[in-house]
Amino acid sequence: MKNTHVNAVVVGAGAGGGVVAKELSTAGLSVVLFERGDWVSFEDHDNDELLSQRTTVLGNAFGPDDDRYRRVLVSEDGSTGIVYPSDGAYSNVAACVGSGTVSYGAMAWRYMAEDFRMKSTYGPVGGSTLEDWPVSYDDLEHCYEKAEWEIGVAGDSSLNPFAAPRKKPYPMPPFSYNREASMLESAMKRMGLHPFPIPMLRNSVPYAGRPACARRRTCCGFACPVNAKCGTHNTVIPAALSTGNCELRTRCVVGGLIIDASGRITGVEYFDGDNTKQEQTADIIVVAASATETPRLLLNSTSKHFPSGVGNRYDWVGRNLQGHAYTGAFGLFEEDIFDDVGPGATLAVSDFSHHNPGIVGGGILANEFTRLPYLFSNIRPPGSPMWGEEHKEFQRKYFRRNIQVVGPIQEMPFFDSRVQVDPSVRDSWGIPVVRLSGRRHPKDAEGCEFLSGKAEMILKEAGASRTWRHVPGSGLSGGQHQAGTCRMGDDPHTSVTDRFGRVHDTPNVFVSDASLHVTNGGFNPALTIMALGYRVGEYIAGEWQKGNRFK
Amino acid sequence: MDSGSRISRRDFMKLATLGAGSLSLIAGCAPKHPPGRRVLSDDDAGLLGAIADRIIPPDEWPGGRENGVVSFIDRQLDGPYRRFRGDYRRGLDAMTGTCLEKHRKRFESLSAEKQTRLLGEMESGGLRDGGWKEGFSKRFFEMVRSHAMQAYYGSPRHGGNPDYASYRMMGIDYPPILGQNRYRF
Ligand SMILES: Cc1cc2nc3c(=O)[nH]c(=O)nc-3n(C[C@H](O)[C@H](O)[C@H](O)COP(=O)(O)OP(=O)(O)OC[C@H]3O[C@@H](n4cnc5c(N)ncnc54)[C@H](O)[C@@H]3O)c2cc1C
Ligand code: SF4
Repeated sequence: MKNTHVNAVVVGAGAGGGVVAKELSTAGLSVVLFERGDWVSFEDHDNDELLSQRTTVLGNAFGPDDDRYRRVLVSEDGSTGIVYPSDGAYSNVAACVGSGTVSYGAMAWRYMAEDFRMKSTYGPVGGSTLEDWPVSYDDLEHCYEKAEWEIGVAGDSSLNPFAAPRKKPYPMPPFSYNREASMLESAMKRMGLHPFPIPMLRNSVPYAGRPACARRRTCCGFACPVNAKCGTHNTVIPAALSTGNCELRTRCVVGGLIIDASGRITGVEYFDGDNTKQEQTADIIVVAASATETPRLLLNSTSKHFPSGVGNRYDWVGRNLQGHAYTGAFGLFEEDIFDDVGPGATLAVSDFSHHNPGIVGGGILANEFTRLPYLFSNIRPPGSPMWGEEHKEFQRKYFRRNIQVVGPIQEMPFFDSRVQVDPSVRDSWGIPVVRLSGRRHPKDAEGCEFLSGKAEMILKEAGASRTWRHVPGSGLSGGQHQAGTCRMGDDPHTSVTDRFGRVHDTPNVFVSDASLHVTNGGFNPALTIMALGYRVGEYIAGEWQKGNRFK
Repeated sequence: MDSGSRISRRDFMKLATLGAGSLSLIAGCAPKHPPGRRVLSDDDAGLLGAIADRIIPPDEWPGGRENGVVSFIDRQLDGPYRRFRGDYRRGLDAMTGTCLEKHRKRFESLSAEKQTRLLGEMESGGLRDGGWKEGFSKRFFEMVRSHAMQAYYGSPRHGGNPDYASYRMMGIDYPPILGQNRYRF
C-alpha cells in the first residue's frame, strides 16, 4: 500500500528533528517524523552503569545496537577497521525517540556572540576552516528563548557576567549546589572568578505538567525515572503529535532521498519495522539524523543530477566533523565531599570562554556529573597502579573524596576530519555505512593545556591534596557532541546549506541538527541545536503560510 | 553447546604451549561446563578466579573471585563479549603455558607474589614468546583487568558483584531512595 503524500518528512526524532516536527505541524503542515529507534523509558534501562549511554561497555542503553549497526574507522596510520556502537570510536549519540535528549546530562547552554563570529573575533587559523556563522547570536536569541520555555530550562544567568544578553529570564529557578560545588564556589570567588549554577534542561520545580527533579546520581547517561529531565521526547514531540498533523514512525530506517528524473527530491526511501522497503513522498524533506548520519544520508542519495550526493557539488558534505576536546583536572581531598546529590554537575564558570591570551576561543569549566563506581575505577593519578591492593584501597578511600572540574574546548574545524560513506561495508539493511577519518587540529591541544591548567588551579585553591590534569589525544573528534558536517553559509562553494538550513542546489531539502554548526562553541551543544531547529522550522512554516511550496 | 571434537588435557596443553591457542572456547576444548556456567570450563574458571584475586585482592572486603568476576565474564562471553572468546582462549592458554614453562606449575598454584609479578609483566607487554606475540600480553591483560573491574563495580544483574558488595565497600547506599539525598545536608 502506498503511503499518503505529506507536506513534510523529518528524518530523525532527536534534538533538532523533534523541534522542527513541532514547528511544522503546529503551523498546519502534515508531517511524518521518522525515527530508526523506538520510544524508551527508565523502565527499559534503569540505573545500570555498564549498560547506559555514558559507559557503554555492554551496549548503548538507548541505541543503536551492535548487531545491526557498524561503521568504518580510518586510523591516523591509515589502517581501517570496523567499529560498533558500543566502541567509543563509533561516535554515537543515540537512537530512540528524543535521541541524546533522553539520556543527556541536560546542560542547557546558549553560545556567546563570539561563538558565531570566530573568524572575525580571532582571525584565520592556519590549517583550519574556521569561519563565521551566517547567523548571529541576535538572530538566534528568540529561538534560544523558545527552546528554554517550550522544552524547559532551570537557571539564573544574572550570576554569569559573560552570558550573552537575553530578553527573558529562564522559566525555572536554578538548582542548588551540591557540596562539592559549594567548595568550588568559594575557591573560585577567592580567585576572582564568577561561578554560577549550570543552566539545566531539568525541572527544578514542577513545570509543564511534569514533576521536579529528584537529584539522583544516575542522570547523565540514563533516562529519568520521574520525567523531570526535559528532552524532545516529552515536550515538543508530544506537542507535535497532539496537533493531529504529525505521524511519528518509529523503528523506520531512512536509507536515502528519492530523486526524480528532473532532479527534484520527492521523498525518502525507508525500511519499516519489518525491514520492508517503503517510500514516503513529501513536498519538503528535513534531514535531522545527527552530524554523522545526516551527511551519510545525503552522500548515499545520488543521481545524475547529484553524482556525489545531494548538496555535495563542492565536496563539503561530511567535512569539518567536530565535537569537543573535553579537558580538565581531578583533585583528591582528605575529607568526605560526596553527598550523593545528583546529577553531580551543578556549577560552572564562563571566565575562560573567550579572550584568553594565545588561545582561540576556550570553554566553560564545570564540576562533573557523578562518576559511578566502574567509571571511577579508571580514574587514578598518573603512575598509580590500575589494579591490586592499592587500586582497591584508592577506590574506597577516594570515591567520596574527589572532585573533577572539566569543560569542552571549542575545536578548530578541520577540513580533513570527515564523514564519508564506505565503498564496501554495509549495515544490516544493506545501506553503505559511515566512514570516519581525520584528527584534531593542533590548536585544540593548546586550548586543552590552558583550560586543564585553570581547572587544576581551582582544585588546588579548593584545598585538594593532590591534583592532576587530563587532556584528550590528537585523534578524530565527534562523539556525543558531534557537529559541523553540513555547515551553513552564504557561499555555496564553501558550505552545504544556506542561512536557513536549506541545502544549496535544492529548493526543498533542509538540514536541522548539529551538522549545521559552523563552529561548535565552548559549550555543550544541545540548546543551540534546538534553537536552530526553531529557526529552520519557523522559516519553513513562515514561507509555507506565504504560499511558498518550495518547488 | 559442547559439540565438536574433544581432545585430552595433555594434547590441549601441548597445543597451548605451542601457541596454537586459537580454539574457540566452545569448540569442545573444555571437557565440561559445570552447571551454572555457560562458556568457561573448570580450569578456565580456576585460572580466571586466581587472576581476579590479584586484580582485586581479598581483604576485609571480597576479592575478585568471591565477588563474581568469573561468573560475570562467563555470562558476557555468551552475550556482548562473544567477540572476545578467541582472545580469552588464547590468553588463558598462553598464561598456563608460560607458568608451566617457567615454574612447572599452573598459575593458580603460584604464590601471590609470583602471580602479581607475572601479571605485571603481562601489563607492561614484557611477555613476547609463544602465544604472546604481537603485544598480545598487554592487550589481554588490559581486557581481563577492565572486565574484572566491570564485574566488581557494576550491577549484580550481569553476574558479578552480588548484593552490591562493592557499593557497600565504597559507602554508597544501594538502592538509592528517590529524593532522599536532597534532605540529607
Ligand atoms: C550521555 C549523553 C550526555 C549528553 N549531555 C549533554 C549535555 O549535558 N548538554 C548538551 O548540550 N548536550 C549533551 N549531549 C549531546 C546531545 O544529546 C546531542 O548534541 C544532541 O542530541 C544532538 O542533536 P541532533 O539533532 O544533532 O542529533 P540527535 O539528537 O542524535 O538526533 C538524530 C536522530 O536521528 C535518528 N536517525 C539517524 N539516522 C536515521 C535514519 N537513517 N533513519 C531514521 N532515523 C535516523 C537517530 O536515531 C536520532 O534519534 C549528551 C549526549 C549524550 C549521549
Ligand atoms: S537527576 Fe533529576 S532529571 Fe536527572 S534523572 Fe534524576 S530525577 Fe531525572
